[in-house]
Amino acid sequence: MARLVVLGGGVSGHTAATFAAKWLGSAHEVVVVTPNAKWNWIPSNIWVGVGQMSKEEVTFDLAPVYAKAGITYKQAKALSLNPEGNATSNKPFVTIEFTAPGKEGTTENIEYDYIINATGPKLNFGATPGLGEGSNLGEHTVSVCTADHAVHASHELEKCIQKMKKGERQKFLIGTGHGMCTCQGAAFEYIFNIEHELNRAGVRDMADIKWISNESFLGDFGVGGLHMKTMGYAVSSKIFAESLFTERGVDWIIGAHVNKVESGKAHYELLDGTMGEEEFNFSMLIPPFAGVGLKAFDKTGEDITTTVFAPNGFMKVDANYAAGAYENWKASDWPKTYQNPTYSNMFACGIAFAPPHPISKPMSSPNGTPINPTPPRTGMPSGIIGKAVAHSICDKILKGENAPLHEASMANMGAACVASAGKGLFNGTAAAMTIYPVVPDFDKYPGTGRDTDYTFGEIGLAGHWIKHILHHLFIWKAKLKAGWTLIPE
Amino acid sequence: MAGKKEEANIKAYSQNFTTMTPGPFAKKMRTCVIFQIIRFIIINLKMLVVVSKSH
Repeated sequence: MARLVVLGGGVSGHTAATFAAKWLGSAHEVVVVTPNAKWNWIPSNIWVGVGQMSKEEVTFDLAPVYAKAGITYKQAKALSLNPEGNATSNKPFVTIEFTAPGKEGTTENIEYDYIINATGPKLNFGATPGLGEGSNLGEHTVSVCTADHAVHASHELEKCIQKMKKGERQKFLIGTGHGMCTCQGAAFEYIFNIEHELNRAGVRDMADIKWISNESFLGDFGVGGLHMKTMGYAVSSKIFAESLFTERGVDWIIGAHVNKVESGKAHYELLDGTMGEEEFNFSMLIPPFAGVGLKAFDKTGEDITTTVFAPNGFMKVDANYAAGAYENWKASDWPKTYQNPTYSNMFACGIAFAPPHPISKPMSSPNGTPINPTPPRTGMPSGIIGKAVAHSICDKILKGENAPLHEASMANMGAACVASAGKGLFNGTAAAMTIYPVVPDFDKYPGTGRDTDYTFGEIGLAGHWIKHILHHLFIWKAKLKAGWTLIPE
Repeated sequence: MAGKKEEANIKAYSQNFTTMTPGPFAKKMRTCVIFQIIRFIIINLKMLVVVSKSH
């Protein structure tokens, strides 16, 4: 009997664990270690953050789902890996610390045959003074990164709406809270959902809404932008993004590294080296992501964290980490199997794997401050990678150690993305997009780096319907209800 | 004021002066239920093609 341990129960980890449990059956054990008691469909946190959904609508309890799937569930966080075992045993193990009520702080070593690191990100609010401490949100801004954050954000938004109704003008500042952030898409959705809600509340004319982000151009989204075929033209996402911002009366600051936040004010540095500050009454700034801080030790107890993990804390996999300058980047730099190069029974998926380099071109200010989006690894790619990794490990367990690994390179994979611009059955809109491949391949597709036959986007009510249906569809799938395997990642 | 209101947000020689902006017909079609039902079908088919190429 083999044991697979999955660290993390987000989109990628949950996908990997549930498919592995299905494919392995009761002859083998799947263990999920996640500090959270609830699963959260994060894309819908945007709607929680504007009061259009409740926390309960975007979360559900993990324990009954894992019990149904025959998965051993440990509500705990992983602390360290011992991929060679220790002085008394050659069996690899992971040390975890429980977070479940009544067991907080107690630790356990779990031996494993295979392990998947799907721990997701540490929300690194502490990287920007005033944005927060460590992984905790500060007092000056709000967040939609977790369902609880989004509930708090919706309460703060409501306070602003009430002030506007009393004639008090309010300034909104939405975007990224550091020069090395990813997830611009979430901030994009939030700013337009706020604008939509202010219209609904009849106070839009009392609001000044501004975007601030580390993108070098609007519509970069951390993927270097994309060209979509429209009316016979291949049109840059920059044009579409600028058009939407203009139409909705939203100003923008781009190429910005927010370097300090204080009450009602954000300080930033731009790509041209100039410094600025922006006042706000309400601000949602996405924090940068880092690895969760897992340590690794060899058999003698020596710290091998730098062997297993990249400096940003994400796990090294089969990527080319020596690509160097942007001009040398190739689509083939991106990992295919997500297997750790040192320990073949360790894999990483979702945000937890260390990308070889950004997708957007790296840039820095004349002061040497790096200001560029880091690569997104969420949503559809995250689920596909989780499933591929689970497939590889199940094949190794069921067919033998030499079974070929499954591949899911982001340079050979497309993604469908629906970005809400306002919720409403008949007046909602969303930008529905596909991108193929996620990582541009300029050798295969000279010019744009992508196949414009499969890269498109449009905004409208249909996109909103799709996003709403996907909300229910993916929660259905995550709860392992009838036909869940038929719903693609 | 004789100008079109959907163009009013553009400010000469500001950062949004060079972009395109939708007219009333384009904006109307975004929430036109019949047109959007057709787009819903087309977008879903396009997405399914990309999803099938990615698995």
